[in-house]
Amino acid sequence: MAPETFLLEEQQSATQEKPQEPKRTENFVFGIPQNGLQQKQREVSQDEPPPLPANSELTYIGKPTQRYDGPAKAMGKGRYTADVNLPGMLYARMVDATIPHGRIVSIDTSEAEKLPGVRAVHVIEHVYGLAELRDPKQETPSRYPVIRYAGQPIAGVAAISQQIADDAAKLVKVQYDNQPFVVDRTEARADDAPVVFPGPADAAGSAGGGGGPKDVPQKGNVHGPQRKQVGDSEKGFAEADVIVEGEYFTQVQTHSALETHGFVVDWKPDEVTVYASTQGTASVRDDFADVFKLPKSKVRVITEYMGGGFGAKFGAGNEGVVAANLSRKANAPVKLMLDRRQEHIICNRPDSHQTLKIGAKRDGTLTAIQLTSYGTAGVGTGAGAAGPATNLYKCPNLLTEEYDVFVNAGPGAAFRAPGHPQGCFAFEQAIDELAVKLNMDALALRDKIDENPARKVERQLILERTNWRSRKPAGSDAGPVKRGMGIAQSVWYRFVDMDSACEIRVSRDGSVELMSAVQDIGGGTKTILAMVVGEEFGIPPANVVIRIGDTRFPIGPNSGGSVTAGSITPAVRNAAYQAKQKLFAAVAPAFGTTADNLAVQKGRVVFKNDPSKSYTLKQVTAKLPTNEISARATRAAEYSKERLIYGGVDYVELAVDTETGRVHVEKVFGAHDCGRPINPTGVINQINGGILQGISYALFEQRIMDRNAGYMLNANLENYKILGAREVPEIEVALVENYIAQSSTDAAGIGESAGIITLAAAIGNAFYNATGVRMRKIPMTPANVLTALGKVQGEVQA
Amino acid sequence: MADTPKIEFSRRGFLKGAGITAATTVIESANALARDAKGALHGAQTIGPDALPIKLRVNGHEHAVTVEPRYTLAQTLRDNLDLTGTKVVCDRGSCSACTVWIDKVPSLACMTLAVDAVGREITTIEGLSHGDTMHPVQAAFVKHDAMQCGFCTPGMVMSCAALLERNPNPKLDDVKHAVSGNLCRCGTYPKIFAATLDAAQQHAQVAGLVTLNAGTEA
Repeated sequence: MAPETFLLEEQQSATQEKPQEPKRTENFVFGIPQNGLQQKQREVSQDEPPPLPANSELTYIGKPTQRYDGPAKAMGKGRYTADVNLPGMLYARMVDATIPHGRIVSIDTSEAEKLPGVRAVHVIEHVYGLAELRDPKQETPSRYPVIRYAGQPIAGVAAISQQIADDAAKLVKVQYDNQPFVVDRTEARADDAPVVFPGPADAAGSAGGGGGPKDVPQKGNVHGPQRKQVGDSEKGFAEADVIVEGEYFTQVQTHSALETHGFVVDWKPDEVTVYASTQGTASVRDDFADVFKLPKSKVRVITEYMGGGFGAKFGAGNEGVVAANLSRKANAPVKLMLDRRQEHIICNRPDSHQTLKIGAKRDGTLTAIQLTSYGTAGVGTGAGAAGPATNLYKCPNLLTEEYDVFVNAGPGAAFRAPGHPQGCFAFEQAIDELAVKLNMDALALRDKIDENPARKVERQLILERTNWRSRKPAGSDAGPVKRGMGIAQSVWYRFVDMDSACEIRVSRDGSVELMSAVQDIGGGTKTILAMVVGEEFGIPPANVVIRIGDTRFPIGPNSGGSVTAGSITPAVRNAAYQAKQKLFAAVAPAFGTTADNLAVQKGRVVFKNDPSKSYTLKQVTAKLPTNEISARATRAAEYSKERLIYGGVDYVELAVDTETGRVHVEKVFGAHDCGRPINPTGVINQINGGILQGISYALFEQRIMDRNAGYMLNANLENYKILGAREVPEIEVALVENYIAQSSTDAAGIGESAGIITLAAAIGNAFYNATGVRMRKIPMTPANVLTALGKVQGEVQA
Repeated sequence: MADTPKIEFSRRGFLKGAGITAATTVIESANALARDAKGALHGAQTIGPDALPIKLRVNGHEHAVTVEPRYTLAQTLRDNLDLTGTKVVCDRGSCSACTVWIDKVPSLACMTLAVDAVGREITTIEGLSHGDTMHPVQAAFVKHDAMQCGFCTPGMVMSCAALLERNPNPKLDDVKHAVSGNLCRCGTYPKIFAATLDAAQQHAQVAGLVTLNAGTEA
């Protein structure tokens, strides 16, 4: 989700509010414990639960809690989409393009259909995931979708075994009429470059974000600029005492989720059941209804366990649509998982070439920021990288111009903090460079220019808990192995998905269950929901049954842009609170009291006027006159319309071997905030993961395209290097509680700001501190490092 | 990998020779593959390309399955025996998600043909626990939250449990070495290291740990 959509979200919540509704005033805990907690008055709806106190006063929320489905995962019992085996199920394989650009002359499926065991073949009529021409008439009519990247889906085959499906896929004969292609961003910008689209084309984002601007100019393959202007940057640079300027290059990173994208579709006339490896059951249901013109009531989406998405798994995708068509044709359930090569090709984080200029006064005050970025999202858009430059620090004069460059390669997709790791790599290194020029400490400069109170506390933690104070001047180690320290800061935004609902049932036997369509993609959503319900009823989270990931339950948010915790937990707390009030009202007469005299305190139901009267939940529910009570709640509007951000500051210690060009990250300390942390265990685990993905991005990962043949050379896990156990440094994480008085839980997600944004920049800054040389290009492979150090003649920056 | 047993047919080499329509292979006996004491095959004959009945001993139970000679052990476990705890991620031996034990040695099920596992003792993630009682490494993974999406977890657990079998007192570096072939995209390595070291230390004590942090309601 791009920062620009922030206002839209606010408007959405505003429209959902009922203006006439009577409100009540409540005092909420507010601020950061290190600064002393305060109270914030808010007007809230009558059916909102009372404010939660700080985590230190709660029983379950805020306490490290074991993962709800940990035993199932550790024992291999979790049923992922790839694991779904249905009676009579067929296995499918996607057939994809072997050329990077051209038209399909003919497709012959007869050999494939004749192969014993093949049950259905489906040729794609419309391919999803690519930018679409603004004026479709600019394309010469074609019977089949035009091929614009090697690996573009063409057809699918379903058979009684995966082997037969694989064999049949190879028997589908496709004849192409080749067209000139370009896979290199720089070459694609040339006037005489082959054009990927015959006219202006735009790509929409997904529920996870990504996608680029529409209505921007397009010349050849260059789509943009999207221009943002505040003040007058020329004037700002004229006022500056110091200016830093530089070019930065980042690479294409693939998502590499361990479970590939995939679906099991069981198409029946009365209901289509879709098992999806998705970050959004709601987004899949929307797409299936849309593509197949089905009422949503006839589409059921199930995601019980999900093997990683990182932003790229929303909606039906080509694989979902093909699986559905095959299931319909074969009249049997069909499993279609992409293979590893296909997974690498169909989604990625776009690359970037950024030109950045920052002006400042002698005391550090920023006077102007100017950023021009070119990036390629292949046949998609969404390569903008201006988020950090725009949103980290206040600056009166700002000009950013973001261009997408089309090339014949797989489409970019939302990927953990879209645009921000790229932008931060440039921007936070430039801020570091500015500190050097101003002869200021890098933390002190940020204290001067950064207004965010949470990051201020985070910087203080770095001063207190790392070796920052003993940092040596840049490049002062004598030997060939040089050590350095660096920091970088991140920014992410509070988004709320109002389509967040749940139902809570309480039975006479004391059992409590929660139902929502929201999915747990690995962040630990099941666990935090159990904690919120447990807190309300005074029962251990493990005693709450969590049933999620099924669209038969109330709608849940799509897990993109770190929205899940902040969107669904208030709905869950509200439902739990309302169910509890119903319970109290139903049983109060049996206890000879009134509902408003009953409360949950320290895990017991007590009389407010006589704490000696104290019962377990089970003793209370036993008095229910009916078998069950339930309550359903939807996300209430945010309590205020403030624009809120989250962030973090990450500190890196590393060693650079200047003879081999190898960079060893030795220690990372991350201080992060995400509203009220519900389960610190899960939050810290996600931050560890973000830090490691960030190191992997900075040092190892890189999609390599064959410029002559036009396909991805390393679409596998042995040549596309991602960080492994051997490259894991010592990691320490500090969580900063930040109470924002925005919802009944104040929870927020951590997925985006969890280190992935900062690490490349922090490593770059530490590299500079170690060597005195600025790394302006990632990945910091030995080749790129030795080139930067002037030890070898490198290729021209691209 | 030093831990990988000598498998007579590498899958890739085999498939290269086999092609699509002539998926034949050369083994001693189609129905009852016998090996000598060192596990070596001799007196080869040609089988396939059609499916053939074999018997696999998995988690202490013998299973009769009919598979083509080109079926991997990973696929056979998942598709034929519905033992889906063993995950397939790269399907070519570069991520270790499919790690199972073959005769107690951690091995890649995606690089092992099912017909090559005949006569061997196969242990999968499902065979590591006893009912709801987790193996100490599994319990420690839960205790330390050594997982996020959980897709790499079974392979990680099999690698770490095998480490403790051969080295009950590993150092951090031993753990890193043991899982150096196991990829985790969520980045849970620090927790995996801590869990495995803890499991080694707590071997006896954690053996009974099953449930979440919570007790029963008073």
